Amino acid sequence: MTSRFMPLSGDPPRSRALSIALILIVLALALAPFLFPGAKPLNVAAKVCIFIALAASYDLLLGYTGVVSFAHTMFYGIGSYGIAISLYSLGARWDAIGLGLLVALPTAALLALVIGLFSLRVQTIFFAMITLAVASAFAVLASQLSWLTGGEDGRSFRVPELLQPGTVYIPRDVLGVAVTGRTLTYYIVFASCVVLFLLLLRVVNSPFGRVLQAIRENPFRAEALGYRTVMHRILANCIAAAAAAAVGALNALWLRYTGPDTSLSFSIMLDILLIVVIGGMGTMYGAIIGGTLYVLAQNYLQALMGTVSTAAGEAGIPILPQLFHPDRWLLWLGVLFVLSVYFFPAGIVGKLRGGPG
Amino acid sequence: MSELLTLSGVETHIGRYHILHGVELGVPEGQTTMLLGRNGAGKTTTLRTIMGLWRASGGEIRFGGERIDALSTPAIARAGIGYVPETMAVFSDLTVKENLVLAAREGEMDQTRLDWIFGFFPPLRKFWLSRAGTLSGGQKQMLSFARSLIEPRRLLLIDEPTKGLAPAIIGALIDCLKEVKRRGATILLVEQNFRVAQAIGDTVGVMDNGRVVHAGTMAELVADEAMQQRLLGLSLDTHQ
Repeated sequence: MTSRFMPLSGDPPRSRALSIALILIVLALALAPFLFPGAKPLNVAAKVCIFIALAASYDLLLGYTGVVSFAHTMFYGIGSYGIAISLYSLGARWDAIGLGLLVALPTAALLALVIGLFSLRVQTIFFAMITLAVASAFAVLASQLSWLTGGEDGRSFRVPELLQPGTVYIPRDVLGVAVTGRTLTYYIVFASCVVLFLLLLRVVNSPFGRVLQAIRENPFRAEALGYRTVMHRILANCIAAAAAAAVGALNALWLRYTGPDTSLSFSIMLDILLIVVIGGMGTMYGAIIGGTLYVLAQNYLQALMGTVSTAAGEAGIPILPQLFHPDRWLLWLGVLFVLSVYFFPAGIVGKLRGGPG
Repeated sequence: MSELLTLSGVETHIGRYHILHGVELGVPEGQTTMLLGRNGAGKTTTLRTIMGLWRASGGEIRFGGERIDALSTPAIARAGIGYVPETMAVFSDLTVKENLVLAAREGEMDQTRLDWIFGFFPPLRKFWLSRAGTLSGGQKQMLSFARSLIEPRRLLLIDEPTKGLAPAIIGALIDCLKEVKRRGATILLVEQNFRVAQAIGDTVGVMDNGRVVHAGTMAELVADEAMQQRLLGLSLDTHQ
């Protein structure tokens, strides 16, 4: 594992347990269509890929640059809407996907540049407030411009034929699973997220990434060495925004739909924040661990609690059926989050690497 | 000898506090100038004002004849001024190597210069790939110091490098400073330890209440015990 990662980033996992966990997760995601057949498991696997890449792009900002942004879902939304509007307007064509990306990625980077120029010159708390305001304004705008975005209903669109579920690539099932356009779409999402993650890992371990870490630790000290802290922060913001937009485009392609709830919701912002904190800020690998655990909990905790609640009810145990009622899954997710922050202040990856907590 | 750095009537306000009241100071090229004075006299603020970390509210600062008081801190650093703060200023999350690479222009370190630095500070070679946060206080100070030496600078601003260090490490620092000086570097050094100041200083500025109240050669100050008493409230004899 170490030797595989060294040429890519010079930043190996530095923990046997972490290396094993990462290998298992990557293998499970790579073989997900065949290991976990069915629409829901594949949907969860795609969501895990998407949230890993999205959280990694946010870790570049929060963990490596020390910048708190609430506009990350806005950039994610720009990518989603870019693909959605393009495919909706031009039809299910590959060049529409290309055009959507060609417009969305620079738009996200440009907007990040403008926000950064206006607000990263001052304290980062001011930047956080500005991003919150801009993200809220963008969400309202997306909702109001219904002729373009579909408003609150969002936009459903068709994808090119090769990606459609009805397209069968191999007439006979492979390992009991039909290989269709949906399978191909999953592998496009998976491969793109792997490439994005490796690119981000390379960025944070480049000389530029080291300067970001220095700025996060002490901006004045970094300035005294001759580094323009504002320009470095802005560039990090632009890279993170473009990466988030790319992930948003993948999400839209997977869902064949874009709407405020799936791309601009503030709850997605909270999800990313929790994933980065639970996984371990400033580690990149934390996005893989945190993203996997969080999306699995989000999708299966409710069902697990339902089973526990029913079993407890049948056994005649008092209180437990109410306590583990599936409707209370968010409460338990919150408890899990508080416990993980309490016991692993440096995140799961920080703990596995032998850091504090 | 011409002055590489000149401060003329420099005023600095921090918030509502008026810290520097018209500092006049010249740092001759190729010499080591000691900035002495009691705690709170304005020595650190003077260095931070030169670096642009506090903005001068009045007067002018010239470096190599050019005004630098309106420049940003990165621009001042790139003009050739290295700064070693007093607080063991390392980047804890980065390794010793990464700390030094950050200070090297274009990220390339000169191996000969690196070996020269290792000669003075062997622990830096030993802990080359260790996180700086895990080093001892003395090792952090060595690293902070080494970072300012990894590239030749026209001027080094060093703030109390011996503060809180063991005598053996102070010795290594003095040897290193002497060697840097021998190579022709210009240094402005804030130091509380008069023995250290005497060992390496050529010229001296004594500060009190945000002003330079005395400027002259170190030899004059060392020879004149009454002046030491009057300016610094000490004498070499009581500081042995």
